[in-house]
Amino acid sequence: MFPFCFEWAWDIGHAIFFGGFWYAISILGAGMTYCVLKAAYDTVNDKGGSHH
Amino acid sequence: MDDALIPEGAKRCGFPTFMIGIVIVGAVLLWGVYAMFLCWFKGLNQTNMNDYYGFALWIWADLAVIAVGGGAFFTGLLKYIFKVDELKNIINFAVIIGFICYSSALLILAIDIGQPLRGWFIFWHANVHSMLTEVAFCLSCYFAVLTIEFIPNILENRQANKVPFFHHLAHNMHGVMAVFAATGAFLSFFHQGSLGGVAGVMFGRPFAYREGLLIWPWTFFLFTWSAAAFGPCFTLLVTKITEIITGKKLVGDKTVHLLAKISGWMITTYIIAKIIDTIYWAWVTVPSMGFKLSHFYSNNGFYGYWILITEVILCGVVPGLLLINKSTRENPATRTIAIILGVIGVCLNRWVMVLQIMAVPVMSFDTWALYIPSWQEVATTILPVAYGIILIAVAYRYLPVFPQELELNKSADAAAQN
Repeated sequence: MFPFCFEWAWDIGHAIFFGGFWYAISILGAGMTYCVLKAAYDTVNDKGGSHH
Repeated sequence: MDDALIPEGAKRCGFPTFMIGIVIVGAVLLWGVYAMFLCWFKGLNQTNMNDYYGFALWIWADLAVIAVGGGAFFTGLLKYIFKVDELKNIINFAVIIGFICYSSALLILAIDIGQPLRGWFIFWHANVHSMLTEVAFCLSCYFAVLTIEFIPNILENRQANKVPFFHHLAHNMHGVMAVFAATGAFLSFFHQGSLGGVAGVMFGRPFAYREGLLIWPWTFFLFTWSAAAFGPCFTLLVTKITEIITGKKLVGDKTVHLLAKISGWMITTYIIAKIIDTIYWAWVTVPSMGFKLSHFYSNNGFYGYWILITEVILCGVVPGLLLINKSTRENPATRTIAIILGVIGVCLNRWVMVLQIMAVPVMSFDTWALYIPSWQEVATTILPVAYGIILIAVAYRYLPVFPQELELNKSADAAAQN
């Protein structure tokens, strides 16, 4: 899973599998981080009131 | 008692009636949980699996719920990427159904590995040559996507939405949902496909083996295609059942007709590809491996040609034609028949591609392995159904799942008040 795991190898198999895996995780993580931070910012600034 | 939590303006049954229903279904759930703990604490000897037949009944259930849960990714793809805005009226429910299906699939896998404490090994010590590793990665990530897609609906609960942070969080998540939906579609394409690929690459089992494109056997594409085709049928079927139980119209006809039409065309194109694949397999692949087609459908008490005809014709061609034809699609009776046949068809396909594969004799000294599951397998297979009913009941009661509910039931509610 990580390069410091003993069975890790810098080969095409690991590159494809873990490249795709970390790519997906990064998008989800970045997307949620953006939403949470923006929600906190909007809450502090009371942007948009209490309605959509 | 819980009126403050129920969506504004929505009519729900009394809390005691609701709880009676939950307790009844909860008893079934507990039966499944008991069987699950038996498998975890006593081991897989609680099943009827052995060295000759290594797929329990729940593996079929696992593939079946993943296939019918495909409605979530396909509806999300259409709504957020292809901008089919009409589907906004059913997308929340499609996501909830997907969430139930995928959480059930992960639960089943947790039972199947026998030692759930080592479940994380598949990530940490990944076998990068295994299609099942890819399935595990994509399944877990896609479940995260479904959770993210479900969160805004939960935060829109009447009380939760009063909290400013939750209100803004739901609003912001809606704003970037297309990114999550695109990631979900990417992940779904690969895990649905790889589940089919697992069967197709087994060159030691001629019933499953298929040729293909590069490293992907045709079953890879057929599985993804069938999940996208039949998944919406399951969404429509569960919507119909929910409407019958609640006695309310929850999704407008225009949305239902549109999703049924898309599903119908997907089923029809899929089934044409499936027929071509089957003919090529029967006439070219099977003889090249030293077998005759009859070998896979005879000399046993269960698997006959009936299963092939039922899957492909009755539960494939028929629902496809019923749903692409406008008059039968817009007729509630024929549409319901079509979506029921469609759901049975995809479940039957997964049964064939998981359990019949294992049952067919391969060596000359082999015999058919007609597997009888243990009660623990049956209970753990029913467990996700009970869990799904409870989650849908709770979500319907407390969350604004159906945006059209108030509008569609305005006249009925007014009549009831008079």
